Amino acid sequence: MDYSQFLMMPQEIGLLVVFLLVFLYDTFMPAKTLKGLPLFATIVFGLFTIFSFFPVEEGMSFGDMFESNKATWAMKNILNIGMFIVLLQSVKWANSDFVAIRRGEFYELMLLTLFGMYLMISGRHFLVFVIGLETASLPLATLVAFEKKYYESHEAAAKYVLTAVFSSAIMLLGLSFVYGITGTLYFNEIASSIQGENSLLLIVALAFLISGVGYKLSLVPFHLWTADVYQGAPTMVTSYLSVISKGSAAFAFFVILVQAFGAAYAPIWEWMLYAIIIITITVGNLFAIRQRNLKRFLAFSSISQAGYIMLGVISANAVGMASMMYYILVYIFSNLAAFGVIAVIERYTGKVTTDDYNGLFKTNPWLAFVMMLAMFSLGGIPPFAGFFSKFFIFLGAAQTGNVAIYVLVLIALINTIISLYYYLLVVKAMFIRQDECVIPALKSHWTEKAGLWICTLGILLIGLISCIYTGLSNITSSLSDVFSMI
Amino acid sequence: MEIFSNMLIYFVIIPILTLGGLALTKNKGIDAIRAVAVTGATALVALALYLVYVFLKARASGVTDVMLFQQSVMWYAPLNIKLALGVDGVSVVMILLSAFIVFAGVFASWKMDPLPKQFFLWFFLLSTGVFGFFISIDLFTMFMFYEVALIPMYLLIGVWGSGNKNYSAMKLTLMLMGGSAFLMLGIIGIYFHSSATPGVHTMNILEIAQYNAIPHNWQMFLFPMTFVGFGVLGAMFPFHTWSPDGHASAPTAVSMLHAGVLMKLGGYGCFRIAIYLMPFAAQQLGWIFLTLTGISIVYGAFSACVQTDLKYINAYSSVSHCGMVLFAILMFNTTAMTGAVLQMLSHGLMTALFFALIGMIYGRTHTRDIREMGGLMHIMPYLGVGYVIAGFASLGLPGLSGFVAEMTIFVGSFEHQDMFHRVLTIAATTSIVITAVYILRVVGKLLYGAVQDEHHRTLTDADGTERIATATLIICVAIIGCFPNFFINIIRDSFTPVVEALTSVM
Repeated sequence: MDYSQFLMMPQEIGLLVVFLLVFLYDTFMPAKTLKGLPLFATIVFGLFTIFSFFPVEEGMSFGDMFESNKATWAMKNILNIGMFIVLLQSVKWANSDFVAIRRGEFYELMLLTLFGMYLMISGRHFLVFVIGLETASLPLATLVAFEKKYYESHEAAAKYVLTAVFSSAIMLLGLSFVYGITGTLYFNEIASSIQGENSLLLIVALAFLISGVGYKLSLVPFHLWTADVYQGAPTMVTSYLSVISKGSAAFAFFVILVQAFGAAYAPIWEWMLYAIIIITITVGNLFAIRQRNLKRFLAFSSISQAGYIMLGVISANAVGMASMMYYILVYIFSNLAAFGVIAVIERYTGKVTTDDYNGLFKTNPWLAFVMMLAMFSLGGIPPFAGFFSKFFIFLGAAQTGNVAIYVLVLIALINTIISLYYYLLVVKAMFIRQDECVIPALKSHWTEKAGLWICTLGILLIGLISCIYTGLSNITSSLSDVFSMI
Repeated sequence: MEIFSNMLIYFVIIPILTLGGLALTKNKGIDAIRAVAVTGATALVALALYLVYVFLKARASGVTDVMLFQQSVMWYAPLNIKLALGVDGVSVVMILLSAFIVFAGVFASWKMDPLPKQFFLWFFLLSTGVFGFFISIDLFTMFMFYEVALIPMYLLIGVWGSGNKNYSAMKLTLMLMGGSAFLMLGIIGIYFHSSATPGVHTMNILEIAQYNAIPHNWQMFLFPMTFVGFGVLGAMFPFHTWSPDGHASAPTAVSMLHAGVLMKLGGYGCFRIAIYLMPFAAQQLGWIFLTLTGISIVYGAFSACVQTDLKYINAYSSVSHCGMVLFAILMFNTTAMTGAVLQMLSHGLMTALFFALIGMIYGRTHTRDIREMGGLMHIMPYLGVGYVIAGFASLGLPGLSGFVAEMTIFVGSFEHQDMFHRVLTIAATTSIVITAVYILRVVGKLLYGAVQDEHHRTLTDADGTERIATATLIICVAIIGCFPNFFINIIRDSFTPVVEALTSVM
């Protein structure tokens, strides 16, 4: 075996090292020092995040099952940034009663799921992809059930694990069809062997595959678990589920559809996706309007956001891919800012409904400000980052140039107005209804503050500073051979 | 950073610096807040006057470019999105108008309570958007600034408004953002069809106009998108319903800025983007929008006649007057378009004046219902006279701005030979009479006659800052009325490229 292949996966190895360090600390350090574990894990992961920005060697390895290129590198870095913020925000929570005894597991499982996502992103063979998907899904069920004194947490975990297993089964069935037809599970070999193939079975397989990944992205109609799981899970896990897990699945989805099925079946999955996007965005938005629990509210909001992310997939071109990665990055900052505020308030007061946020600006102007930025960014209001990401993802979709896509973009745009309505409801509660103040002035921990600061800076700067989008765009346009098949 | 050598960028930098300055002040330090706000507003007025001076000097020295002081800096290179600046005569007068209204608005909200600091922060964010919109010639930056100007309205009305403010604020924001959704699709469409060369796309208005490559069938799709997008902000019938509610609930300075400047963004955008870039579709579909704006003019005026709330009267009157702006732009000739820009100026100033006066009267009487007021001329002569002047400007008394603008518009509109345009013009002219009806009704009821409420006799007249706010606007209204040529000189050359584009597709 050629060990130089490992050079292609420095990020994976780095992550494993972080995992091992955390594991060793958790296992061998004296009990009284374990209080420092959350901070230790966060700092080590922060160092790893910086380390992983070093460029990687590009190429295929492990029998062409694993690809490392600039796009996977960038995507993993985007996930790392999000993960770092989540870890930073959960330091204080991980040391709270009931959780402290299991804090080691929390960090270990989080890091493991991230490893699974890395495999999903880099896998160029369905075996690797499925292993990654399962590694990323099953530990998450444990994390969802983490606050085991709460009934909701158990219920959420049960729902999550059942949906995960069920949709994995469907996806695997689809993959077995693909294997039966083509005799291979390599993306590029599938692409070349289905050229000219016109079989109904393959379309069914494609539909099964889309539903399998669709559950991970909580696309409608595979979204039914989302609201309950988001509500029941600990807020830190929810924020992780809503951004990191979703972002990695979206990227992997793009690669699979474009590389494996792009050559011959692009029109078919594009139409499937077309319908899914419309119902995802619309259903997510309409259900979000009625939610009073902010975690449920953000669950539906993130369903509709997933629909917007899929606009990048349906475009299947370099601009779309860059816009999608950019969208995910911006979405990470915006959603983590929102969840960060919710987590702080929930941890100190236990309050999570919109009505509890009445007059928040009066008592906690800083938290209200961050929440407002997050809402505006999610709603796509300039000059915040969300505006740029929305504009670019629409631009990417419209570049395909056919009229049907313009109709889709118009539907998505009209939906942004609906979404703006419910995002403004939160702003209204915080700023306009100042007569009643439910939440007293809070003093959050410095790690939580730091997490919110990073999110705030991200929301304010990522849009105005163009170099990030330019960088992503340069990366994806260098992959032009990928898109030439479509 | 060569962009900073361009004076136009300072129209955005000054409000941003003001925002920074305000952020540094203390919540309670009302004097410091006022000082920062006044400094910012004064600097804007000074810069706007200087811009007019250098613009006229450049034109006098024979510079005939469509846009002056052009500068473009690459922003998003992969998408060819630039920060492109440039102004022509229309933008210059719009900038001048905005600067004066921001200035007057600061004085009109002198006693803003509660949270004055936050109020001025949103106020100047809104101004940043407005100025940014007028100095940009790149569709993306224009659109961005446009939306920057819209969203502060939600909080300005929601927090500091009165009456049914939650409903109004939400309605206004959603309708305007709905318009901008259509607009965004229009812009994306224009971008991808901007040039005939495959793979070359641009957002720069001048380049798009020069390539003139948008296919006709796409124009037919994109023109309605952009025109409706901006038309919503221009209060075009049937998308005007946000305007009366919004104005009625907004605090004084916000009403001023909104009616005075924001609604002009609509007219300006229709002129600069929809018609200039898609002349073919404008010629083909113009009649639909012309009919709608004709309805706005007459319908707005009639609605104003039956309202009893002072702000609603003015809001409907704004619908009527802004309808006239779009109406004139759609006439596609230089005279009518000149009238449209004069009407934007005139309406901007006089509506701002109206709203300022209404705010001051409301601050004293605590009612805006004209049935509960009367004889205020004896009690507050300064405000009363101001109101009469604003009213006269609105109904088009010679010597004030309204006359010049409406005269030019109707003369220009009547230049058309065909029946359709002439009938519409005649129908629209009836609004002059109806305007006189509702203005004189209000003036008679509000200012003359018996005092309705004995408590009103104890009220005081305008104080220092209020006098500054109103006097600034009255002087501007009179200047436009007496020296329209000065403004016509500035804007004259701006219509040539648009009219040329329109005639070339006839």
